[in-house]
Amino acid sequence: MQTIDMATTSLRDLNATLQAQAEATNQTAWEIVNPKGSHAIAVGLDAPIEVTVKGSTGYYCAGMNKQATITVNGSVGPGVAENMMSGTVIIDGDASQYAGATGHGGTLIIKGNASSRCGISMKGIDIIVHGNVGHMSAFMAQSGNLVVCGDAGDALGDSIYEARLFVRGSVKSLGADCIEKEMRPEHIALLADLLERGGCDAKPEEFKRYGSARQLYNFNIDNAY
Amino acid sequence: MCGIVGLFLKDRSLEPQLGSMLTDMLITMTDRGPDSAGIAIYGDDNPNISKLTVQSDTPDQYFATLETDLGTALGSPVHLRRKDTHAVLHIPRGQLTAARAALGTVNPNIRVMSSGDTVEIYKEVGLPKDVAARFDLRSMSGTHGIGHTRMATESMVTTMGAHPFNTGPDQCLVHNGSLSNHNRLRRKLQREGIHIETENDTEVGAAYLTWRMQKGATLGEALESSLNDLDGFFTFLVGTKDGFGVVRDPIACKPAVMAETDQYVAFGSEYRALVSLPGIEDARVWEPEPATVYFWSHDHTSTPTEKAA
Repeated sequence: MQTIDMATTSLRDLNATLQAQAEATNQTAWEIVNPKGSHAIAVGLDAPIEVTVKGSTGYYCAGMNKQATITVNGSVGPGVAENMMSGTVIIDGDASQYAGATGHGGTLIIKGNASSRCGISMKGIDIIVHGNVGHMSAFMAQSGNLVVCGDAGDALGDSIYEARLFVRGSVKSLGADCIEKEMRPEHIALLADLLERGGCDAKPEEFKRYGSARQLYNFNIDNAY
Repeated sequence: MCGIVGLFLKDRSLEPQLGSMLTDMLITMTDRGPDSAGIAIYGDDNPNISKLTVQSDTPDQYFATLETDLGTALGSPVHLRRKDTHAVLHIPRGQLTAARAALGTVNPNIRVMSSGDTVEIYKEVGLPKDVAARFDLRSMSGTHGIGHTRMATESMVTTMGAHPFNTGPDQCLVHNGSLSNHNRLRRKLQREGIHIETENDTEVGAAYLTWRMQKGATLGEALESSLNDLDGFFTFLVGTKDGFGVVRDPIACKPAVMAETDQYVAFGSEYRALVSLPGIEDARVWEPEPATVYFWSHDHTSTPTEKAA
């Protein structure tokens, strides 16, 4: 286990050290102490290492992640795991706005609540939230899965494309062109796998599925250039 | 961008440290707002006096005889305590309105930063750490306070463009965001006879709250109606004699984090601002909901009153 103390190591050095880990590194376990709400912790990693942040972070934690497994023993500020490509990010506490925004792949697990715009413009990432998500979540979501074990706020899935949204609790309102959809066996199977990966004890049958009605302007081929 | 901090003490033993705790929080928010800083601090409630905090860019000249001149004009003794470009005038309780009018005749160039029974507002252009040092904010004690670090977008970097803005007796406002309908609203409020001094958007927000309360609204009602009448982005923190309130616009893109323990309720634009507070590791930390008015006061400690807006 390698420990980096942010009280004595600069953010730039911390990220440079983690980013320098090669695919076949022997130093696979890292611990970051004294994060004290700092921004941009453990961003741009590209190695199959495990990083644990001991405390809460600020903006953009674990952004652009590839391969790494990053766990935060606390809450995170806005933009956690933004534009993640692969790997896993686990938040023990809550996440602020636009968690997992634009993520292309990998898995983001939030054990508390996520606030507004969770999964905005997601492009293939799987996001599993144990608690609630705020308003405008999955806005313009293009691909991937958003699982919400609690409730969703206003305008869920506004202008959504092909992403799948699964919500166990209430949905305050659906956004434009987002509708409830049938839960077919393949969705139950998909959700069962997501719940297991997310460490949720919820049953897939308790969820409703939401997705695109494909009625907006951009879905009409006659409007193509 | 801008940074906001606020601290409301439940544990009276922390009161001597209020200035020091708020100063640390304010300085941590420097990179959200390096061009100006300000703080409103609520101190002892002396039943015999009220306070006017005034400012001048030429304090040596303007403050030299202010104590006696204002005392003579008012016909009551006035005590002046100078801090850098600011001075706190102690006025006999009940004569605040008369004192403001008298000040206008004694020296109309002196600016009023705040008026009330317990509030003092200090704000200037410069890095938060420098502003804090000029006014020796660390040494101040009090029951609660709010502060602001400014990154100007809507108006000039001036003392009068810095926050907090006094909205009424013992009330003040700090703002993170930008209002987009402030020009039209300023004209409307000016027609209503509300005094607005600068081109600043937040001053219009503050004047709006003042106007609504003059029309009979409570502060809570004024904040709720602000959700309909103000266009743009805002996270507001409002100081009152008893405590503070928080409201965010419905989009809520301007950040806000709150923490509560048995000893205090704290507000920060970012969690970073809160990390030095005692017992923060075990505090309840959460993000205030959009379009929801929250209040903490010494009358209703520890139960935030949420009102659907």
